[in-house]
Amino acid sequence: MDWLNAVVQGTLLGGLYALFAAGLSLIFGVMRLVNIAHGDLIILAAYLGLTVTTVAGVHPLLALLIVVPAMGLIGYALQRGILNQTLGDDLLPPLLVTFGLSVILQNGLLEIYTADPQKMDAGALEIASFAVGSLTLGVLPVLTFAIAVAVIWGLQWTFYRTALGRAFRAVSDNQDIAQLMGLNRRHIFGLAMALALAVTAIAGILLGIRTSFDPSVGGGRLIFGFEAVIIGGLGNLWGTLAGGVILGVAQTVGAKIDPGWQILAGHIVFLLILAVRPNGLFPRVSG
Amino acid sequence: MRESILNVQGLNAHYGDFQALYGVDLDVAEGEVLAIIGANGAGKTTLMRSITGLLRNGAGQISYRGQDIGGLRADQVASLGVAMVPEGRQLFRSLSVEENLIIGGQVGRKGAWDLAAVQKLFPILKERCHVPATALSGGQQQMVAIGRALMANPDLILFDEISLGLAPIIIKDIYDALPGIIGTGMSAMIVEQDITKALSVSSRVYCLQEGRVSLEGQSATIERADISRAYFGVE
Repeated sequence: MDWLNAVVQGTLLGGLYALFAAGLSLIFGVMRLVNIAHGDLIILAAYLGLTVTTVAGVHPLLALLIVVPAMGLIGYALQRGILNQTLGDDLLPPLLVTFGLSVILQNGLLEIYTADPQKMDAGALEIASFAVGSLTLGVLPVLTFAIAVAVIWGLQWTFYRTALGRAFRAVSDNQDIAQLMGLNRRHIFGLAMALALAVTAIAGILLGIRTSFDPSVGGGRLIFGFEAVIIGGLGNLWGTLAGGVILGVAQTVGAKIDPGWQILAGHIVFLLILAVRPNGLFPRVSG
Repeated sequence: MRESILNVQGLNAHYGDFQALYGVDLDVAEGEVLAIIGANGAGKTTLMRSITGLLRNGAGQISYRGQDIGGLRADQVASLGVAMVPEGRQLFRSLSVEENLIIGGQVGRKGAWDLAAVQKLFPILKERCHVPATALSGGQQQMVAIGRALMANPDLILFDEISLGLAPIIIKDIYDALPGIIGTGMSAMIVEQDITKALSVSSRVYCLQEGRVSLEGQSATIERADISRAYFGVE
């Protein structure tokens, strides 16, 4: 029963990892941009949430109402102001620029918020739980997982059922021809980054409720996000959710074997999957 | 002389250090069908890319309805009413047939062409509206590419090598359909390697050779010998 518990808790943790990963996956899918600053943007969102909760005295989940649109705006401005200029045939410039952005974000956060670990106070939600059979599930992890499923579903719906999603796919397929159709790719890319960082805002706030954070922990979130995307297969959002769950389960089961193995077990499973299925478990079939 | 819709004046086009067009002058009258012929590498596609704004050569070289469009982005040029059927069709492979057509209408210009009108012109596109565009045969893909351009309700439509890689019977079908498409008052530029086809549907013809206009004339009266000379650059 302890093992079943580890698997269930890992699955719920996977929801959070899927939220880390969804923005990365979306950005790579639309514009082939690997955003090294993604983890630090998650932490930025957590700090924005912290500021909103302390200044306005509201519940962290209510802070989403401000942080989600704020991160969306930051995403659009970042894309139009900086990242669009780095995109081209070469993958290296965006990598270098987002790496630099990561350094700037970390140091900026350090300057403003200091290195002290912070945490958002979500009150009773943090410790609330309910029993399912012999298992005890935390309300927060279950809520996180439900939000992750809803976010992935929402992104999937946006991609395949809306004019915006059609534009995302068209620009991703062929930038020049999309431009001929009257779509300005710089604007479309800005919207994609806005959407990605809106998701990142949700991830950051849920992270900040679940655990303490400081300006240096973004890199780790980036790795978890990357691993979830790669395990699931590039370009497949439901695969990204599956990837997050596999990573989460690997970590909790690893921790069950030996608490020191938690992180390592996740990385080992990632490497094994990469060795056996280099394209991930559910790669999008490309025509 | 009818009013000109497109006017190209001394167009120099570059890809980095490489110059592809040298002082090209050309104009298209309202409602006119113009053919552009020339060998591979003569600059035909570069001319198309320059007009549509995919290749930007700076202001002052291309004007559309009296407005300088040389410095505009492709999406801005498209919204003024210039559409292109690109070489090799270049459909969006993640989009269904219907979505490919709908995205052509994205520029939001009003007119006779909508989804229903395109599907009436090419009924097969209605039948297969939900399959991925690249699952169609080459000829059907070309219909999607043409329909996608029409959806923008352009005033000037550019066809770049629409017969390339297609079976002769399909090429014949597409050229038979062309007058009905262009006859609705659009102006058109047709880039084509098949000179006979190009001359049969156009009223005037320009020949490009190594980035320069080597011949210009009326399609009906132009001499084949002159074309050969202008095409290959040999006496």
